[in-house]
Amino acid sequence: MSSQAQGGALPPLSRDWFRGRAWRDHFRRDSALPGFGLTLGVSLFYLSLVVLVPLSATFLKSFAFGWETFWQAATAPRVLASYRVSFGCALLAALVNLGFGLLVAWVLVRYRFPGRRVLDALVDLPFALPTAVAGIALTALYAPKGWLGSHAAALGWKIAFTPVGIVIALVFIGLPFVVRTVQPVLETLEPALEEAAATLGASRLTTFRRVLLPALLPALLTGFAMAFARGLGEYGSVIFIAGNMPMVSEVAPLLIITKLEQYDYTGATAIAVTLLVVSFVMLLAINLLQAWTRRAGERR
Amino acid sequence: MSAASNPVITETRGVRVLLIALACLFLGVVLVLPLAVVVGEALAKGLGAWWAAIDEPNALAALRLTLTAAAIAVPANLVFGVCAAWAVAKFEFKGKQLLITLIDLPFAVSPVIAGLIYVLLFGAHGWFGPALAAHDLKVIFAVPGIVLATVFVTFPFVARELIPVMQAQGSDEEEVAATLGASGWQTFWRVTLPNIKWALLYGVILCNARAMGEFGAVSVVSGHIRGLTNTLPLHVEILYNEYNFVAAFATASLLMLLALITLVLKSLVEARAAAAARAAHKAREHNS
Amino acid sequence: MTKFRLALLSALTVAVSAHADVTLLNVSYDPTRELYAEYNAAFAKHWQAAGGEAITINQSHGGSGKQARAVIDGLEADVVTLGLAYDIDAIADKGGLLPKDWQKAHPYNSTPYTSTIVLLVRKGNPKGIKDWNDLTRDGVAVITPNPKTSGGARWNYLAAWAYGRETLGSDAAARDFVAKLFKNVAVLDTGARGATTTFAERGIGDVLITWENEAYLAQKELGADAFEIVTPSLSILAEPPVAVVDKVAGKHGTLQAAQAYIDYLYSKEGQEIAARNFYRPRDPEVAAKYAARFKDTRLVTVDEAFGGWARAHAEHFADGALFDQIFDGR
Repeated sequence: MSSQAQGGALPPLSRDWFRGRAWRDHFRRDSALPGFGLTLGVSLFYLSLVVLVPLSATFLKSFAFGWETFWQAATAPRVLASYRVSFGCALLAALVNLGFGLLVAWVLVRYRFPGRRVLDALVDLPFALPTAVAGIALTALYAPKGWLGSHAAALGWKIAFTPVGIVIALVFIGLPFVVRTVQPVLETLEPALEEAAATLGASRLTTFRRVLLPALLPALLTGFAMAFARGLGEYGSVIFIAGNMPMVSEVAPLLIITKLEQYDYTGATAIAVTLLVVSFVMLLAINLLQAWTRRAGERR
Repeated sequence: MSAASNPVITETRGVRVLLIALACLFLGVVLVLPLAVVVGEALAKGLGAWWAAIDEPNALAALRLTLTAAAIAVPANLVFGVCAAWAVAKFEFKGKQLLITLIDLPFAVSPVIAGLIYVLLFGAHGWFGPALAAHDLKVIFAVPGIVLATVFVTFPFVARELIPVMQAQGSDEEEVAATLGASGWQTFWRVTLPNIKWALLYGVILCNARAMGEFGAVSVVSGHIRGLTNTLPLHVEILYNEYNFVAAFATASLLMLLALITLVLKSLVEARAAAAARAAHKAREHNS
Repeated sequence: MTKFRLALLSALTVAVSAHADVTLLNVSYDPTRELYAEYNAAFAKHWQAAGGEAITINQSHGGSGKQARAVIDGLEADVVTLGLAYDIDAIADKGGLLPKDWQKAHPYNSTPYTSTIVLLVRKGNPKGIKDWNDLTRDGVAVITPNPKTSGGARWNYLAAWAYGRETLGSDAAARDFVAKLFKNVAVLDTGARGATTTFAERGIGDVLITWENEAYLAQKELGADAFEIVTPSLSILAEPPVAVVDKVAGKHGTLQAAQAYIDYLYSKEGQEIAARNFYRPRDPEVAAKYAARFKDTRLVTVDEAFGGWARAHAEHFADGALFDQIFDGR
């Protein structure tokens, strides 16, 4: 489909938060336009200044004492346990967000009900609320004396100060990534396909599974990856609710801080670099996947 | 929206209500309740106490610093975002996916690391530390460091917002303009900008919201000097650590208020954008 | 871009030209907020009365280790008032900002006030906690911050260790004792204030191990009738030290003011302020006046019980040392 037709059928809304659709869209190779050198130059310069040079400083620092030291610092038992907590909780939270993010996006796009606009606006809030405030509020809520925590405690559940608390904090942090990725794609889906499926006698659930889900998959994947990567590095909101017990509920970013407090920059940067590489590889893989599906879509 | 009204492709009423209820329950537990806690605690001792916590020299100094940092970080990232989106969306080049991923990267970098990298660069024992000290320039534990950390964490917002929109729009219109003899700047101002202005605004709004709320990265480079290098989120932490819970939550609610204002603005922007798009759509149909 | 650079430049100039009047920066640790809020006002009055110029004292508070690191990395503190000598040692060793024998610069090992580690329990002491050994009983939930991230928590840990060694006779037994105690820890916050909030506001745990001054402050701020302070039979003499950061103060031209700032802590008024904020004063007269507040108990020092902070750190808190072993072996 051409961009013109798409722009005509539905507005190319500004809501498009990392949207998958655009990645699939064709765009022409062209040299008729000016400004390539200037814009790419400025972008690369600024990118280097703000992101690349500082990050490479971290890399160099962590390798300053050799691979051996780096490897030891990055794979000590406590550190490995913290990876397990960080990766496990981030994964779980991203999965929760995958399901509920899709649900929220679906409800916000497809249904009209009172309060919809308010809910829609609220979805961005975790971007804006300081993470420490989020952490404090969630702890107040889920601690055994809190509004929700007291009910959970009555059932014998412990939420705050366990890994479950970490997952809740990460769900809060990661939710907008999934919702804002899926929403625009859902908005631009052509109803024709669904209509055709319905006409052919497919049930609503089958249509969803066979028609909608494949179209949403790239966006879902992107949202999932962003939420996961964000959760991996989260610190501010987690430390309040985690309990921070070594080997049980101690997250990797907390260990970075712990190492820093002991003037152990090598150890701190070793963990930092490990987290960074994982996040980077995941994001790159997702972006390549997007580019690939877009090209595959063009060939079709 | 056509899909919502088309009976063939919509769910039964029961399913609809169930899904809406489920989504509301989820958002209620995950988003609304934490907000309610903040507001509830902030107003626990009445509006007077709330105002007293905000109308206080250190809180106002923190507010000023927060706004200053955002006022520098947002325009900087705006210029970068437009440049990056133009380069990525209008041209085909090798390593583009790598570039996009690098633009995404600050989203995924732990805020702790985001602060740490500037300490490694500009700290007294960092790469540029001695040179800065020789000229008596301060970067970390001063305003520039806070600005840098803010720039880093809000880095992708505008670019990430613009790239998909500009890619979707293609370059047809710009090419026509170029063929008609318009200069690059003219093309951008007259053709591209009107097409992306809503996306641009949304990116700026989100970027701003995040800039005002950043805690982790700024905490590492701030030095926490009251009235000088404390931002509003850090001020919240200080008050909380002084067992001054009402004031802490009052300040937090001020941040929330700032965020909500920007989010309401965003909703208005979206409504206008949708209206504009509908109008354009109608005009196009009318013409054809 | 240019806009950004211009703004950055102007911000830099602002940062540089901020020293007009005499300004001191006191970089301190978390529990001294209230103490220095009161002391700074008193000192400013005293300084001007003694013929000095108008003086502004800026405060920065945070975890002791974090604050020391900030000073090493370039936070320009004229004065540091931290939680343990180890952190100022680090400023001397790694930052080279003050002489290595800084602790000799002022009386009493440069610690104008002291404190100790006590146990804070809920009203009526429902678990009947009287001493350290009660903390290792089954079913007692203990709250303490993490010794790796909190200076105060290191005092907690060492106090428990000293008790274990004293009553059980050996370091090996003390290790088991401390391991057992930490098995009962429910939440390991990153800082002392976080731990107090967890205990008092969130209602977690039966006992909070904390500084004596923090325990009194918690009673004052969070409800006098909600908590009781239990002073154990043996504890540690917590000595939070103070120092002038010579290199920085020299550069700022504030050496004299910084020196006076520290000296005044030892004056009658300085000692009174410390005592009012629940720190044990060094001055015998002031100490006698507040004797009722500070219970007598056996106090050991880090130097005599653990051979000084450098050794205590290497043996207990360094990566892979005893504290890590206790947790890794769980």
